[in-house]
Amino acid sequence: MNAVTARARRASAFLTVFLKEVKENLRDRRTLTSALLTGPLLGPLLFVMLINVALNREFEKAEQPLKVPVIGAEYAPNLIDALKAGGVVPQPAIANPERAVRKQDADVVVRISADYPKAWRKGEPVQVEVIHDSSQRDTATAVERVSRLVEGYARQQGAMRLVARGLSPSTAWPIAVARRDQATAQARGVLMFGMLPYFFVITIFLGGMYLAIDLTAGERERQSLEPLFANPVARWKILFGKLAAICAFSCMSLLITLVAFAVIGPFVPTEKLGMELNLGLHFGAHVFLLMLPLVLLLAGLQSLVAAFAKSYREAQTYLSLLMIVPALPSLLLSVLPIKAQGWMYAVPLLGQNLGVMRLLRGDGIEPQQLLYCVAGTLAAAALVILGTAQLYRSERLAISA
Amino acid sequence: MIEVRDLHKAFGAVKAVDGVSFKARDGEITGLLGPNGAGKTTTLRMLYTLMAPDRGQVLVDGIDAATDALAVRRQLGVLPDARGLYKRLTARENIDYFARLHGLPENELATRREALIQALEMDDIGDRRTEGFSQGQRVKTAIARALIHDPRNVILDEPTNGLDVMATRALRQFMQKLKAEGRCVLFSSHIMQEVAALCDRIVVIAHGRVVADESPQALREQTGEHNLEDAFVKIIGSEEGLAA
Repeated sequence: MNAVTARARRASAFLTVFLKEVKENLRDRRTLTSALLTGPLLGPLLFVMLINVALNREFEKAEQPLKVPVIGAEYAPNLIDALKAGGVVPQPAIANPERAVRKQDADVVVRISADYPKAWRKGEPVQVEVIHDSSQRDTATAVERVSRLVEGYARQQGAMRLVARGLSPSTAWPIAVARRDQATAQARGVLMFGMLPYFFVITIFLGGMYLAIDLTAGERERQSLEPLFANPVARWKILFGKLAAICAFSCMSLLITLVAFAVIGPFVPTEKLGMELNLGLHFGAHVFLLMLPLVLLLAGLQSLVAAFAKSYREAQTYLSLLMIVPALPSLLLSVLPIKAQGWMYAVPLLGQNLGVMRLLRGDGIEPQQLLYCVAGTLAAAALVILGTAQLYRSERLAISA
Repeated sequence: MIEVRDLHKAFGAVKAVDGVSFKARDGEITGLLGPNGAGKTTTLRMLYTLMAPDRGQVLVDGIDAATDALAVRRQLGVLPDARGLYKRLTARENIDYFARLHGLPENELATRREALIQALEMDDIGDRRTEGFSQGQRVKTAIARALIHDPRNVILDEPTNGLDVMATRALRQFMQKLKAEGRCVLFSSHIMQEVAALCDRIVVIAHGRVVADESPQALREQTGEHNLEDAFVKIIGSEEGLAA
């Protein structure tokens, strides 16, 4: 009878390990600040700041007077007047416009050739050069504005010439292009929020990282792993208790981050761009569901890496490198805008990324996608944890010296 | 009762343990004596099933470590060479953790824990976090958590390492007490005086082999040396690594 209950209590060794690890780490200030404060809150704050700065820059450029160096302004006073009317402030000519643009001394330079007046009078086409560097994304707004002003002026003058010859201006433009942008207000927002999934993954990662290092590499370095393994508890139970503690901390981190985003969401001035951003309860709950298997996978991966490392410091180095991996899908998707296929949801990290983006676009996530995402990541987590359990069985694991 | 039969363990080309056999009986203190690097710690690690032997058998109270490692660990109280504590937990919490891993019921746990705290005279440090503990306080806590489940067999790897004179004396008395309670006490040491003063039986290990397995008295007679130190040097064949 007594033996039976003792066995039952030993079976709960998993719980004993879990509770002890949580209690011990709740007393560690560094783990706490990293898991519950800096990790989860830095993301949302940084995010709001970045978005605000980016938006404000865009608006400033669109509204403010634009200083543009003009070469040969004296040849085309009327064109210059049109530019001025559009908010451009012509600047004196500069010697080497190509170089100035490349060196970012000027966003855009307008060059009017010397034969402009002659050609104009004859009614021949003349060239106006708009010199810019398209690899400087920052200048796109300025270039667009100047080009539009020049083209608008040209069209207006053309129409007047046609009218002067007794023709309807529409003869010259048989086709009128009308753009109809089908992006919803939310979808436009997605362009700017592409890094949001990465924030969530990093938060999970940071939330569990210190624990993962502490519970394997750290415990071995402090020489407490050997006495622990001398207890009559199977090693996989100890591992599971530790994994559960890591997961508990990273889940807390994720929850705090989601709440922070929900609180902060309304302060992002998305309406200025005509976008809509809904980071409320519905969004948070779905993201949590998507990310839950990833919590398990990352806890397993971190433990695996920490168990491989010979010391605390080494584990820290390896894990910092591992932290880059979750950024890959975000980077990939921003460079190669691929169309999401069904199977992609089953790929860990990629699936979460696609899922969060769908939620951001306001498309909602379909049950099948959710199933793929959860099942795929869970399968990967099971594999990794199996590998870690195998590593835990090795004799070398417990021995520090 | 601990019985070891023809243990072998190699790490790569290094034969750490090369055919070790001995018995440690209940109600006796058995000392594993040998120079540094003789294979004492590796032998003990195979005893408490941290490592599996390449060859040979370990029996604890008749249970084979190869077939039921968990049952063997249940019969053992172990103070390993590595005796790290959890520094953010108090001494009592450290002890409780191991007690729960052993599946001790909560009421029994409290009684056992307090009895050990009394016996090891660590009442003053019981509720302190172990960060900043002295070497002696650390060893006491590690011993308390190793014995919390009232094991029949006690294995101590170099228990007096790093202790001062007072702490060493207290620990020796504690080991005598364990013996008086009828337990099987097996400890390793590279200090001859300690082994001579405590042991009913001495197993001398050198280069991974047992070179003598006798009572202190028989050891003296066997070598014909009156002084134990001279006897050991004669047995081991060199003065390497032995401390007086």
